Amino acid sequence: MSTTDTTDTTAKTTETGHRSLLVKQGNAGARAVKNRFATGVLTAAMAIAVVPLLLIIWEVTRRGIGAIHWDFFTTDEPSYRQEGGYRAGFVGTAYVMGGAILMSVPLGLATAIYVVEYGRETRAGRRLSDLIRFFTDVMTGIPSIFVGLFVYGFLVSSTGGLGQGFNAFAGSVAIAIIMLPIVARSSEEMLKLVPDEWRNASYALGASKSRTVLTTVLPAAAPGLATGSMLAVARGAGETAPLIMTILGSQYLVSSYFEGAQGAVPLQIYRGARQQFEAGIERAWGGALSLFLLVLILVVLARWLGSKANKLK
Amino acid sequence: MSVFDVQGLGVAYGSFTAVKDISLEIPRNKVTALIGPSGCGKSTVLRCLNRMNDLMDATVSGKIIYNGEDIYGPEVDAAEVRRRIGMVFQRPNPFPKSIYENVAFGPRLNGFKGDLDQLVEESLRSVALWDEVKDKLDDPGTALSGGQQQRLCIARAIAVQPDVLLMDEPCSALDPIATLKIEDLIRQLESSYSIVIVTHNMQQAARVSEMTAFFSVDIDDEHGMRTGALVEYDTTEKIFNNPGNTRTEDYISGRFG
Ligand SMILES: Nc1ncnc2c1ncn2[C@@H]1O[C@H](COP(=O)(O)OP(=O)(O)O)[C@@H](O)[C@H]1O
Ligand SMILES: [Mg+2]
Repeated sequence: MSTTDTTDTTAKTTETGHRSLLVKQGNAGARAVKNRFATGVLTAAMAIAVVPLLLIIWEVTRRGIGAIHWDFFTTDEPSYRQEGGYRAGFVGTAYVMGGAILMSVPLGLATAIYVVEYGRETRAGRRLSDLIRFFTDVMTGIPSIFVGLFVYGFLVSSTGGLGQGFNAFAGSVAIAIIMLPIVARSSEEMLKLVPDEWRNASYALGASKSRTVLTTVLPAAAPGLATGSMLAVARGAGETAPLIMTILGSQYLVSSYFEGAQGAVPLQIYRGARQQFEAGIERAWGGALSLFLLVLILVVLARWLGSKANKLK
Repeated sequence: MSVFDVQGLGVAYGSFTAVKDISLEIPRNKVTALIGPSGCGKSTVLRCLNRMNDLMDATVSGKIIYNGEDIYGPEVDAAEVRRRIGMVFQRPNPFPKSIYENVAFGPRLNGFKGDLDQLVEESLRSVALWDEVKDKLDDPGTALSGGQQQRLCIARAIAVQPDVLLMDEPCSALDPIATLKIEDLIRQLESSYSIVIVTHNMQQAARVSEMTAFFSVDIDDEHGMRTGALVEYDTTEKIFNNPGNTRTEDYISGRFG
């Protein structure tokens, strides 16, 4: 077994006369050096990338934590400077997000179900599915201000639009448009993960297509579907630009969903950060911290559900 | 009286003809084995018997008469065909649900009105799985061993009280002991069901079946076409001891890959 012409002439041998494992053959020595170098560079790059992230977390927490107390969530922003909170924003965000979820999740899920379960059957269906996929990809990349402009022109503005004025519903529509492609795309990937074997088992027992989707595919994919929707919610909750053009913002609680300018946490942050006194700025950081925590909770929840989804098989 | 009368069956996937000119009568309450080299269309033929091929863009020609009716008749609902003609797959495929729910899935689907607990127990008993799982019916079906999973899948198929059971290489993913258990089970189920089993294991065909159909691939060198065809169909006894066709003989005696 010793046909090797090792470049290393000082080859060490073991007690049994065999070539030692400590001797590197060919270019292995050079590769080891390169490998160490690459590892070093990548580690440094990662550290540099993580620094701003940690700084953001640190800064948001440091400056926002003081604003977070019970009153922050239960009172409105006062006209005088001290005390008061972002209740209007939290309620408004809940309104806007609630509507957006109700619109985008069922629609996105239905789109994904069509693409994965029905669209593959016929040639026309496959064409349509490709088209849907193309548009969802494009929609994911559209700047959110465009979406705001579109909804503004369509629902809010009275010149050329329906003239409903600023309202929470218009905000929901805008956020739903932003969430929809995320929900559709992630749901599609999740449905594709469900093995055909389970579909076949269901068909072989006499189930129709719709029964198979409802009783076999969706339950199997449920944790993954929930994960995708949660990530979409996390994304939607922080959107600001489209809200300026649809709900405008309000620092007082507005109970109507369909009428009147509505508040939202990102908009109150925008307002607060520009105020010239300490309490207003602190409230802005408090709002940012609350949003950050909300997103963090959603992402952790999504990961946890996702890991459950992976354990299915 | 036969349960299936297959007349001139041909199947094409797109422009590729997978099998053609298959005619055979499958007897009731007996085990019929389909054997032959891989790629000769055994699974394709089997999937026609309960219209699972409808799901795979296959074009089916010819007739399959089941109890006097063509299962591909224009008025016939494929789901109804599959309710009568159950199927067990090559790889055990229990749902990611509990053992109980796996067996109850079919009856629930079909609006079973009787005592579901009893039906689940009976189904699990008839595949000799009850004693092993009766204390853990709520455990996931996917947590069982491969052989147990396959018996669970058979129980699941039986629970909808079909007339025929189709099995596509049900033991190919199992170890020898689990395989023997499934074979015993097949012999026991024979009195209540007509069974069609695809296997590439000739000893298995010899052990479990009454009738054997030997399929092979016809190669048309001129056009480079490979089409599956039925070479010989007879009692298992005859096929294995005194085959009428030299291709069968070559295959049985291992002179053919
Ligand atoms: N869904 C399908 N689409 C296209 N070709 C297929 C499909 N299923 C099987 N075939 C082809 O049909 C032929 C017969 O396959 P199959 O019935 O699986 O054979 P066997 O079960 O005897 O191994 C093979 O050439 C296979 O590649
Ligand atoms: Mg096969």
